[in-house]
Amino acid sequence: MSRRILVGCKRVIDYAVKIRVKPDKTGVVTEGVKHSMNPFDEIALEEAIRLKEKKIASEIVVVSCGPSQCQETLRTALAMGADRGIHVEVPNPEYEGLQPLAVARILQRLSEREKIDIVILGKQAIDDDCNQTGQILSGMLDWPIGTFVSKVEVEGERINLTREIDGGLEEISVGIPCVITADLRLNEPRYATLPNIMKAKKKKLDVCKPGDLGVDITPRLIVVSVEEPPVREAGVKVEDAQSLFDVLKKEGHFN
Amino acid sequence: MAFRGITKLFVTQTRFSQLSTLSYKRLTDNDVEILSKIVEGSIITNTDDLETYNTDWMRRCNAKSKLVLKPNSTQKVSQILSYCNQERIAVVPQGGNTGLVGGGVPMDSNEIILSLSKMNKVIEFEPSLGVLTCEAGCVLENLDRYLEKFGHCVPLDLGAKGSCQIGGNVSTNAGGLRLLRYGSLRGNVLGIEAVLADGTIIDCMSSLRKDNTGYDIKQLFIGSEGTLGVITKIALLAPIKPAYKNVAMFSCHTYEDLLQALSLAKSRLGEIVSALEFIDYEAMLVVNQHLDLKCPISLAPFFFFIETSGSNQEHDRQKLDEYLEEVYGKALVTDGTVAEDSSKAAYIWGLRERQVEAGVRVGWIYKYDLSLPLNCLYELVQETRKRCKGLASYTVSYGHLGDSNLHLNVYNTHYTQELKDTIEPFVFEWTASRGGSISAEHGMGFDKAKYIYFSKQKESVEIMRQLKRRFDPNGILNPNKTVLLDDSKCIRPPPIGKYNH
Repeated sequence: MSRRILVGCKRVIDYAVKIRVKPDKTGVVTEGVKHSMNPFDEIALEEAIRLKEKKIASEIVVVSCGPSQCQETLRTALAMGADRGIHVEVPNPEYEGLQPLAVARILQRLSEREKIDIVILGKQAIDDDCNQTGQILSGMLDWPIGTFVSKVEVEGERINLTREIDGGLEEISVGIPCVITADLRLNEPRYATLPNIMKAKKKKLDVCKPGDLGVDITPRLIVVSVEEPPVREAGVKVEDAQSLFDVLKKEGHFN
Repeated sequence: MAFRGITKLFVTQTRFSQLSTLSYKRLTDNDVEILSKIVEGSIITNTDDLETYNTDWMRRCNAKSKLVLKPNSTQKVSQILSYCNQERIAVVPQGGNTGLVGGGVPMDSNEIILSLSKMNKVIEFEPSLGVLTCEAGCVLENLDRYLEKFGHCVPLDLGAKGSCQIGGNVSTNAGGLRLLRYGSLRGNVLGIEAVLADGTIIDCMSSLRKDNTGYDIKQLFIGSEGTLGVITKIALLAPIKPAYKNVAMFSCHTYEDLLQALSLAKSRLGEIVSALEFIDYEAMLVVNQHLDLKCPISLAPFFFFIETSGSNQEHDRQKLDEYLEEVYGKALVTDGTVAEDSSKAAYIWGLRERQVEAGVRVGWIYKYDLSLPLNCLYELVQETRKRCKGLASYTVSYGHLGDSNLHLNVYNTHYTQELKDTIEPFVFEWTASRGGSISAEHGMGFDKAKYIYFSKQKESVEIMRQLKRRFDPNGILNPNKTVLLDDSKCIRPPPIGKYNH
């Protein structure tokens, strides 16, 4: 009873980069900036690989939507242990308008076409922090979903998921097929080591366009402006309680 | 950096056979008052506060100075030295106090510490030239962050960057991880302002890339470890910060494979290589066991790290991928990985950069920093390991393989004279016999000053002494360090090769 898993691997600006807003305030500077795989997607992929190692899954398909550089992200995923990759080509500048609704639709079409049993995604991308794609996808596929998952245990035809919620940990059980979104503590992703890096070069990487899947990626949300957070101003020291009162009064805190 | 629970070693007078007989003034309350006035009260005399200044980075405290001065201008440094010279008060210039050879801490309680910490202003950065002008007390990492805004970086990188000061770096001609790419400080320092022992201010400040007018005096201050003058200002060439970095690590079965892989890295990756480092199996074991860092690739006798820096991500990555294929295809490496994001890159570098941090947790470190011909470099490690068997907890090696610079460390739970005598002078004699350097980048400080004849010939050392006497006739600057005036304190290497005395 071997399953096919689909994992989304988004190429995002590396978490360590100092983000700068574009002068025209339409977004952040991405040109000439280091990119890497979304950390939560890495965790999702690691979980898929572990399921394959446990013989619960037989094939892992990784998907990335975006410009040509996404193929590097897919190569990394293949080097970690995925079996084949699909690059859904969305060149710049259209890529800037690619939003979760469209991505979910793309993943839905691919899940149906590739006969996927389990979709594992990162809980959110570190560039837009949307936290929507998995949820929208599960609605489109009409599959159960476990979000913010920190533990996955397959029991026959069902999967026990532990979710991280505000109050603590919640345990749910879902059937297969299903969608899972990975949270930070799910696992620690492995390093892609040389023998696997070499093997990955021979793995299949297909390219297609959103149009081939019948998906319209026109953005439904328009970004009005992107601004830096206000610069934190220096505090002021006062000598005594009276001065403190005077300052607070002057700033209108007592009405 | 807090090392609680690790006891400090108080070195007794018997170990100080190399202290000269030059006498210095016993500090009086009047001296303290006068000096305090010069720095407008910016002093430290409280015993508890003095501890960090008197204790070096390796947690050794050799002597307890009673006074730290923290001037904030060159003028004040000049006045301090002028007074101390007149009164024959010995002065220890101190930067970030991250030195590894006891060069920045006092050896006698009558020595006073001249801290440059308050001279931490960036004076200016000229983007078109790429020249940074700053005071000596600027912390290296802060300078790097400052330059980042302009798309530039400092030309050196070392583990101590969060604490070390540029003045100290220049005074010790610090090397580090990026020397392979940017060269030594001797090439990157364009100007220096320093104060001599008698208070004379020597202004060799310049932002000129080329200036061949007379003898280059500033070169004397570089690497003289505070014994010829106190550096107060620096003009430094700051290269453009590369846009993309790649970090990869590999494991090798034999030293020969390691050298071949290294040689291939230099020829195939050439201009984009910014660092080539190695660690051996025992070094990996230490960080595994004492810092809980797991090795991300399969274990082997040797590991090496490559960093590439360039302006084109695809181009650099492609070159690196081709290199991977070649070393793997030729079976020069048994395993490897490429860091795909910053956190993995930082983790991989940690296996190399945190070596000393791990060693400190074992207990006591016997540290050796040597330049040796590549083909015999590892033999020394094997022989030292054999000699220390049963006496030491670990014998590790790591270092800037790209520069032929070996860091050979022996760790033990506690200091023993037996272990010290087993290692020294064996390591230095071995190095001298192969024409190597007994201190590749750490300098001589107090610890190695007596071994100078192991790497330098008598006539050169005589000129060094003449220079010292000319620059500091009363010998008040960092006495008993770097170049010992008393020849009888220097150890003679056994007569081998060109070092016959």
